[in-house]
Formats: sequence, structure tokens, C-alpha cells
Amino acid sequence: MTTTLMSYDDAIAAFDPAMGLEVHVELNTATKMFCGCPTEFGAEPNTQTCPTCLGLPGSLPVVNRKAVESAIRIGLALNCEIAAWCRFARKNYFYPDMPKNFQTSQYDEPIAFDGFLDVEVEGETFRVEIERAHMEEDTGKSLHVGGSTGRIQGADYSLVDYNRAGIPLIEIVTRPITGMGAKAPAVARAYVATLRDLLLGLGVSDVRMEQGSMRCDVNLSLAPSGSDKLGTRTETKNVNSLRSVERAARYEVSRQATLLSAGESILQETRHWHEDTGVTTSGREKSDADDYRYFPEPDLVPMAPPTEWVEELRAALPEPLRVQRARLQAVWGFTDLEMRDVVASDAVGLIEQTVTAGSSAQAARKWWVSELTRRANEDGIELAELPITPQQVARIQALVDEGSINDKLARQVFDGVLAGEGEPDGVVAARGLAVVSDDAALGEAVDRAIAANPDVAEKIRDGKVAAAGALIGAVMAQMRGQADAGRVRELILEKLAP
Amino acid sequence: MPEISRDEVRHLADLARIELDDAELDHLAPQLSVILESIASIAGVAAADIPPTSHALPLTNVYRDDVVVPCLTAEQALSGAPASEQQRFSVPRILGDEQ
Ligand SMILES: [Zn+2]
Repeated sequence: MTTTLMSYDDAIAAFDPAMGLEVHVELNTATKMFCGCPTEFGAEPNTQTCPTCLGLPGSLPVVNRKAVESAIRIGLALNCEIAAWCRFARKNYFYPDMPKNFQTSQYDEPIAFDGFLDVEVEGETFRVEIERAHMEEDTGKSLHVGGSTGRIQGADYSLVDYNRAGIPLIEIVTRPITGMGAKAPAVARAYVATLRDLLLGLGVSDVRMEQGSMRCDVNLSLAPSGSDKLGTRTETKNVNSLRSVERAARYEVSRQATLLSAGESILQETRHWHEDTGVTTSGREKSDADDYRYFPEPDLVPMAPPTEWVEELRAALPEPLRVQRARLQAVWGFTDLEMRDVVASDAVGLIEQTVTAGSSAQAARKWWVSELTRRANEDGIELAELPITPQQVARIQALVDEGSINDKLARQVFDGVLAGEGEPDGVVAARGLAVVSDDAALGEAVDRAIAANPDVAEKIRDGKVAAAGALIGAVMAQMRGQADAGRVRELILEKLAP
Repeated sequence: MPEISRDEVRHLADLARIELDDAELDHLAPQLSVILESIASIAGVAAADIPPTSHALPLTNVYRDDVVVPCLTAEQALSGAPASEQQRFSVPRILGDEQ
């Protein structure tokens, strides 16, 4: 596109975004949806297949009970109705990522429907309505050979690994979300983050966006401000990090506003998100080819989850996120504002693990929300992607608590750990970061500071204890910040006692 | 059961990636209508107390436990593939966009 994009603020002043989110979640069952093949991530290509997931003639699928259980639990946690009776359907399409030439999915009979998920953005709650959560199977992974970019376009041929084909997927589809205004991208991010935390709490998926076990499609359209009719929507596929969800939504708002303002129309199409350049590009236009000729899967009998089973699963659900967060906030003693920052930084789980590893909650919050969030933002990655573990953060805080290092030195330990220099203790040793609390070494530095600042020393001798700060500063400067400030103060006051 | 139109047959053929010329369409469209009508005659037999079904067996909730069973080796899996490379199924260039 040659025209300059309209700024986000201008776009939002003229248009209201409506958004729909489709999230695919790979379940963490031991076996696939319809066969007993294992589902481990990262196995050698085509070592986790069988006649069923390869679609060989004569093979028959059988549904994984655990996957149905997970689907029901997800539905219940999303406040959905659970279908008393539903079926799988064949979604027919020609694409080699499914060797069967169809994907076994659910069509007009999803296992869960009509739910909602409340998400918070800057203290405001948005109720995201869930249209449906249905079961299906994942597809194989293609490797495109030839061409320059590893993409389909320009490739000479493709190589397919069917290890992932047949892994249970749940697709969670929202109803169009409106009334978000400028907060639409933040709502998108908060929804995906909240959903991820909910799924993590249920223990039904690894929800690792970077490994593709959770993937998001963002549908977005604009309507002129004040009008309630929906515009033409685009579907941005496979947006695979929280940050990207927000950026992609933001970009589409600006892009569509630019076109609409110039009197052009929006093409109903699939778009691709490019993480590196931060733009979406045109993909496939919606067409007749999207007629997937769904029909009920004849090889699988219908599912009719008994009410007792559903109620048993409902009773065993973990506490809702809202309740869990309120409980953690109380236990940790955070203010509402502090907790909001923790949630916005996506640090709830990280802080929980850091506290489990022995840190105080306030120290864990300080490091994750202030120090590490800034570093993650600078690097353009998620907080959890920083190469540091909650255990390491807890250890660094323990070193501070022991007096081995101070906060200033702790920041250098973070530098070292993040740079891959090893565990905190190793970084302290290798970089020579331990604070000096040895009286002999400190005493010499104090003497030098007194000699260099005779007037300050005189004031302290006269009882003006507040002046000691200047001498402490001089000692810290000599020791390059590696002195135990409390001990330095004691030594100064001893030596200059009136 | 309404007659199936020539355009509908053309559309179905497109979806199934079957190339039909005009003569074939003229020939096949009426045949498909006859087939559909024949099948629809079953509806006349079904009494009001027989609900429509997509399955022959009156079964629901047939599940298996989430237990790993041995799968094929990569060699076995690829043994029927016309071509393979890097332990993967080699497929012709894919036209169009990713699904
Ligand atoms: Zn299998």
C-alpha cells in the first residue's frame, strides 16, 4: 500500500471497531483425538502416526474420553451451556495438511455454546460473549521447499509431518465484541491472556503460544462512529503472541480506517500477520471454495454427555480467575493499582512461582513488574519469554535479603542472568558483585572519605548526623556501589563520635 | 425433493475439483436428480415416529481411554507415500493460500 496509514487516534475518532476472536487450543491429552498416537511436542517427523491419523483406508476413529472431558470443563469454565447431544462433522477441503482430505470437526452442534468471559482493561470490565466452543483435530505441519521465504508462495513443493495431525483442538469463538472504542486492541490482548490463564488453571492445555498450542485469529471490522451497523470484516490468521494480538488489531484499525476514509471498501478476506514488520498483508479472498460441505461424521456415534457427568465436572472446577486473583491480592497485600499492574504485565503466575520459591510478594512484584517488564518491552518480547526463571528471581532477592548484594547490584545480576551467564550466585562471583561488608576494607574507605571531606566530618562530629549521607555516598563511589551501606553508616558514626 | 439444477451440479463438481464440460453436465445433472429422488422415496416409508438419523447404530458415547498405543515407525508411515524427503511426505506445490 502506498498511502500513509491513518494514525490510530484519528482512526478511532472516526470509526468504532467490532471484533471477533477465534482461539484454537491444543489439549494436553496424552493421545490424539481419535487414535492412541502420542502427542508430544518436538518428536522426529512422522513418528507419531497410525493408520487412523494418516487417513488410511479401513481405519476407524474412536473419540478420546479425556478430550471430551476437557472440552466440557472448558465450556463450563466459560459459563457455557453443554450440549445434551451433539455430533462430529466432516469439514471437507483439499489441502495436504490433512491426509484424509477432511478435518473431523463440529459444525452446527458444538459441545459448548452461549457462554461469556469477563476481561479487565485498565479497571474496566468487558463481558466477552462466547458463541461456541467446539472440538476438532489439529492438522499436520508443512515445510515449504524452494522459494526464498519458506512460505507457500514460490515454493517448489512441500514436505508434510503428520505428528500434529489429529491432536485434539478446542476452538473457542466469541460473538462480535463492540463498544470497546480505543481499547479494542487491549481488550483483544486481555481476552486472550485471560483465556490462557483460565485454561492453565483448568490444566487442559500447555497454552504455549510460541509453540503453537494456542493460536488466535482476529476478526475485525469498522463502522462509522455512532453507527451500529457492522462493516466488512477481515480475518487475521494465526496471531501467535499476546503482544501480536494487540498489535495486529491496532494495525487493522488503522489500515481499514485509511481505506474507508479514502472512500474505498474493505475486502472480506483472510490476512496474514507479520511479526517482524508489524503489518498484515492480504491472503485469501473469501469465495465459493469456503463451502466445506460439512456433513455428520458417519464413523463416529453421537455424544450425549450425561447430566451427572457434567455436574460432577462442574463441581470439580477450580476457583474462577476473578476469585483466585482477589485471593492472591489479599494474600500478597497488593493495592488495587499494584494488582492491576501485575495483571497488565501478565505477571500473576510468575509472581506466584517466585513467592513459592521463597521471595516476598512485594519483592517479586517489584522485580517482575518494574524491572523485568521494562526489559521485556525493550526487547519486544513477552515477560514470560525472558530467559530468567521465577526461581532465579527469588534467588536474587534472597541474595539481597542476605546482604550479599543490594538492589543496584541486583540489577547487574539480572543483566548477567539474562545474558546467559548462568545462575545468580555464579553471576555474582564471576562479575565480582558481592557487597563488601568486611570492616577492614570498609574502614579504609571510610578513612579516605573523612580525609577528603574534612568539613563534612566536622559537622558530624558536632552532632549533625544527617550529614553522614554525603560520606556514605563518597564511600559507595570508592567501592563502586558494592559496599554494605548500613555498615558504612555505622562505621562513619563510630569514627566521628562526638 | 426438488430437481437438482445444472448450476448446482457444476458447483459441486468445482468443490470436488472435478472438471466437467458442458456435455458431461447435460448428461450427469438429470442422472443425479434421479438418484436423489430415489433416495428421497425412503422418506415416504418412514413413519412419524421414526426420527431422522445420521447413524445406523442406536449408540452414543463410545469413547476410549487416553492411553498411548504403539504407533507406526516413520518408515512404515512413509512406506505408502509416492515420494518422501527429510522423513516427511513430499507433496506437489500447493496452489493458493494456506487454509
Ligand atoms: Zn494416530
